[in-house]
Amino acid sequence: MNTSDSEEDSYNERTALVASEIPFVPSYQDQAQPTDMEPKRRHPVAPEQPVEPPILDRSAVEREPVIQDDEEELTLKYGAKHVIMLFVPVTLCMVVVVATIKSVSFYTEKNGQQLIYTPFTEDTDTVGERLLNSVLNTIIMISVIVFMTIFLVVLYKYRCYKFIHGWLILSSLMLLFWFSFMYLGEVFKTYNVAMDYPTVAMIIWNFGAVGMICIHWKGPLQLQQAYLIVISALMALVFIKYLPEWSAWVILGAISIYDLVAVLSPKGPLRMLVETAQERNEPIFPALIYSSAMIWMVGMANPARNADRASQDTDEEGYQGESDALARDRAEPETQVSPGMNRSYSTEEELDEEDRGVKLGLGDFIFYSVLVGKAAATGGDWNTTLACFVAILIGLCLTLLLLAIFKKALPALPISITFGLVFYFSTDNLVRPFMDNLAAHQFYI
Amino acid sequence: MTAAVFFGCAFIAFGPAFSLFIFTIAKDPLRVIILIAGAFFWLVSLLLSSLVWFIAMKATNAQDLNLQKGLLIFGCMFSVILQEVFRFGYYRLLRKANEGLAAISEEESSPISVREMAYVAGLGFGIMSGAFSMINTLSDSLGPGTVGMFGDSQYYFITSALMTLALTLLHTFWGVVFFDGCERKRWWVIVAVLCLHLVVSGLSLLNPLYVGSVPPVYVIMLLMAVWAFFSSGGSLHNLSLLWTCRKSNAETSS
Repeated sequence: MNTSDSEEDSYNERTALVASEIPFVPSYQDQAQPTDMEPKRRHPVAPEQPVEPPILDRSAVEREPVIQDDEEELTLKYGAKHVIMLFVPVTLCMVVVVATIKSVSFYTEKNGQQLIYTPFTEDTDTVGERLLNSVLNTIIMISVIVFMTIFLVVLYKYRCYKFIHGWLILSSLMLLFWFSFMYLGEVFKTYNVAMDYPTVAMIIWNFGAVGMICIHWKGPLQLQQAYLIVISALMALVFIKYLPEWSAWVILGAISIYDLVAVLSPKGPLRMLVETAQERNEPIFPALIYSSAMIWMVGMANPARNADRASQDTDEEGYQGESDALARDRAEPETQVSPGMNRSYSTEEELDEEDRGVKLGLGDFIFYSVLVGKAAATGGDWNTTLACFVAILIGLCLTLLLLAIFKKALPALPISITFGLVFYFSTDNLVRPFMDNLAAHQFYI
Repeated sequence: MTAAVFFGCAFIAFGPAFSLFIFTIAKDPLRVIILIAGAFFWLVSLLLSSLVWFIAMKATNAQDLNLQKGLLIFGCMFSVILQEVFRFGYYRLLRKANEGLAAISEEESSPISVREMAYVAGLGFGIMSGAFSMINTLSDSLGPGTVGMFGDSQYYFITSALMTLALTLLHTFWGVVFFDGCERKRWWVIVAVLCLHLVVSGLSLLNPLYVGSVPPVYVIMLLMAVWAFFSSGGSLHNLSLLWTCRKSNAETSS
């Protein structure tokens, strides 16, 4: 089937915008100033001066300049914790994708159907033609992403919030209902489970409805995290199935370059998006970011607005509160989400270790999983999959380290994807014959 | 091959490493990061040694089986040497990081000691080494087949699992001893670790004569365990305290 536009939209939102999401992590090193808060998208906020309140403040509450040793100690202690808070969901997503790829053959069957965004076929006669086709596919895909991103930025700039929210809801609807229905169907086919439509309808209805509520409105944090991981995995599986072989690899490489450019260059669309959001002091888009933070109260700029939207999605609240808290290096005590409550930011005495969280865009999850999934799908060699997995985790670790050093918005894709690609190709071509030979003779190194 | 073989070999090969991970590493994020970075370093060393082997293999006649086997043995040994080099490199990196951590921390000491890092780094090397040796074999054991159909040994899976276990634990012990030797500037320790690693790898060349490879490797592993225990601060006194369940100030756990 040719996927519809809304799937592509969701892809675009999740990857184009979210792909360069920087997990927000306090500084590892002795940077005294609190790091800037992270909106969902990349946040090319200028590093704050140690003694001035940050310019781009997401909340109306004033920031107090903080330079304290215990801050540094805290940031260090929690730096490692944040890395693990990201390792776990990324690992889970990859495990789901690899398990599905290895067991459900549907996602590795190629029956000639491709996304409309990759129209050139790879069933060509010569290697050169195939390479050319995959490059052309990549160009088309990346152009679509760039166009969608710019479109989104324009919509955001001109305050067409309803359109954007509608778009997001439509895309999560598609993921949660249609793709999970397909997935469930394929799993049943693989294990030869007899199932009737009413049961499936009830399962999918419940799954989808709870998912929509959790993601777009409110829900227990872990359930929301689980849903985000599941939809990232579903999206990654769709990509693994419908992207042709070589195009997938070239797209992975191209999108990390795009990520790098879009985040770091001054005229990058994502950077502009983030700056606009900061100027307006509002969160960007809900439900496209994985948040590992605990739920707490939000101290929003507009109390009335907060009361109105007291039942906003956890993500938005959590994100806001968290980003604010993180931005000020002040952690709020962990509390239950209760509508209408408004907390202003207090001083550093309220530091609570458990409150810091990190956020990573769903696009990053998706592309990491696409890389590992493709490594698992092609060749069937577990060593390659394991090598890509370790490479991606180390790339993520390095990205967080760089984030702590530079305290600037950084894209999360380039380092991990580069490591992943390097390790995929080298393990597949160099290490695999070596280890196979060793295993055949039972030599151990 | 049956599920029993799969689960049995999986638990033999990875059980101790997995429980070590769960009980000593999983709770501390810094240790998890050091573990994964250790695995990464081992992976890079393997990559470079496979590159060397691959070039050598492509540059020579592929039909000459003896030559290819000789090249494989050379690749083995070179890989062992490179692994130890990367272990040393990882030691240097961890020392630098440790100094950084200590500088930032307010208690003037790093949140993690060099001994802990040695253990975790060794375990990281061991887990990755074991995984790369065993995972493909395990996944093949789930599929159809007959072991030893062409006259090969019937004990392929179980001996693979046993060797993997031994190597994982050996890497852990070597990590502890190696870092300790580097800390105290005892270079003979490093040479000894390298030689022992070469010996173990060389013993595995005797496969499928399993009598010649598996028991000696286990003997070496036990000796290394004792050496690592004593070099990481253990003593008979500690052991006796442990067994009589008496607490003392000097008792160290990790």
